[in-house]
Amino acid sequence: MIRDITLGQYYQADSVIHRMDPRTKIVGTIAFIVSLFLIKNIIGYAAAAVFLAAVILISKVPFRYMVKGMKAVVFLLLITVVFNMFLTPGEVLVSFWKFRITKEGLRQAVFMALRLSFLIIGSSLMTLTTTPNNLTDGLEKLMKPLKILRVPVHEIAMIMSIALRFIPILLDETDKIMKAQLARGADFESGNLIKKAKSMVPILVPLFISAFRRANDLAMAMEARCYRGGEHRTKMKPLRYRGRDLTAYLTLAAFVAVIVMTRRIILPF
Amino acid sequence: MTMILDHVSHAYESGTAMQVMALDNISLVIPDGQFIGLIGHTGSGKSTLVQHLNGLLAPTSGNIYYDGRDIHDEDYPKKELRSKVGLVFQYPEHQLFEVDVFKDVCFGPKNLGLSQKEIELRAYEALKLVGIEDEYFYQSPFDLSGGQKRRVAIAGVLAMKPQVLILDEPTAGLDPKGRDEILKQIAALKAKTGITVILVSHSMEDVAEYVERLIVMNRGRVLYDDTPSAVFAHYEELEKIGLAAPQVTYVMNELAKAGFAVRTDVTTIEEACDEILRVVSSVPFE
Ligand SMILES: Nc1ncnc2c1ncn2[C@@H]1O[C@H](COP(=O)(O)OP(=O)(O)OP(=O)(O)O)[C@@H](O)[C@H]1O
Ligand SMILES: [Mg+2]
Repeated sequence: MIRDITLGQYYQADSVIHRMDPRTKIVGTIAFIVSLFLIKNIIGYAAAAVFLAAVILISKVPFRYMVKGMKAVVFLLLITVVFNMFLTPGEVLVSFWKFRITKEGLRQAVFMALRLSFLIIGSSLMTLTTTPNNLTDGLEKLMKPLKILRVPVHEIAMIMSIALRFIPILLDETDKIMKAQLARGADFESGNLIKKAKSMVPILVPLFISAFRRANDLAMAMEARCYRGGEHRTKMKPLRYRGRDLTAYLTLAAFVAVIVMTRRIILPF
Repeated sequence: MTMILDHVSHAYESGTAMQVMALDNISLVIPDGQFIGLIGHTGSGKSTLVQHLNGLLAPTSGNIYYDGRDIHDEDYPKKELRSKVGLVFQYPEHQLFEVDVFKDVCFGPKNLGLSQKEIELRAYEALKLVGIEDEYFYQSPFDLSGGQKRRVAIAGVLAMKPQVLILDEPTAGLDPKGRDEILKQIAALKAKTGITVILVSHSMEDVAEYVERLIVMNRGRVLYDDTPSAVFAHYEELEKIGLAAPQVTYVMNELAKAGFAVRTDVTTIEEACDEILRVVSSVPFE
């Protein structure tokens, strides 16, 4: 029941995108998100859509998985759309009772919805094609310059990889705990908000205890293997840029250039 | 309150590339008051099967009837079903959450909406049935030993007064002494209350001594469903699916091969002992 969450999930497939260096994918995702905010008109969105669709096709991840990620934020999306639609002042298109939909509002709402969906699909594409370990490796290497500022880069990366690693485990655990309490007649659905919140206690207590126990076990296991973070630590599989990463960076640069150019096109709407 | 499983199949993640056929066309009849052992290698679908019995999982195809009614009918009261078919999960850590043992056991009956007096009475009875002494009642359930936690978890379900008690691997992770104690306790409880008990395990040794019926699962199917001694007669086939008959079965079969006229269908050490003594004492000294 709780397994439908795709956040931080990896989809196993063999594609160029999967094999790409995680740094390329991180930089690419950030560049894509930034360019989303540069877009001014529908042509820009069309270009972004084509680019995104192409990358999804190449990645061999079924489109269904992207949409699954969207489900979680559909509510947020709706609120943004509604607020933008009704609260933007401008030329009135439709009006009923106290509400007015303006031309500017409608435009804002559509653009906002597109922007948010592209943003979510784009970033879930990154997590779907990169294993959590690879992702944190990439982040660690990208953030390395921050070490000069005494930012504990390695530790942050380690914390992230452990957190990502534990998401599916804890989801699984939650599922089991819920079932165990359901078997004792627990009811998580009916009742008002307070009652519902209270009914979470029998899930949360065992979950926290199990999380702490796991954390403790993990710390013990790391200690037993003489783990020391940071300095002088080498990698079994060091990250190396290859030809495909160069191609990717060039494509990305071209994409950003196209987006910047679309800003100059002035459309009547 | 007979329970009937009619061609039940269950697939996890059905419709995706990762589809797993956990149950494959299972039909069973579970009458009142039986003591049943459910055995299978790890991953054979035991836990999946028992979660169907109290409606936590719904079959992908097939039907389950309890007391003549389909438990997945729209208007079937699920909560009532779960109070009648009590399921204790493999790990007690998944259900203990209250500040003390007594309160934790009260959780089940409280969910049934009983009066405070009735709740406490049932909790007390349940704790006594599983052999938890009064001195532990007001301790935190997290401070108990593994075996005690398991007992409290069982009491938590027993307090709902189920007609069927299902225990998923109640002995996992216990030492031999703790294992024997808990199995004895379950057998005593069964004798006292007369409810149906289904004991899930992957060790034959565990259940052979106690149960009257043995269901052996392999890869989501029921391979054997018979009395323990009839099932153990297939000890060679059992080995092929990663299970083993109790040690005594092997001893008796070896003795029979060596020319002693012993019965090979004994299941417990005591029976084997008597049988060997009987045969040996009938052999005249030369
Ligand atoms: N939540 C789940 N999602 C996907 N597959 C699952 C899930 N639970 C179990 N399975 C799969 O279903 C099959 C049967 O699992 P099940 O837990 O019923 O086995 P089991 O007989 O109880 O094993 P064990 O002795 O290890 O407890 C296994 O192949 C398992 O991988
Ligand atoms: Mg199991």
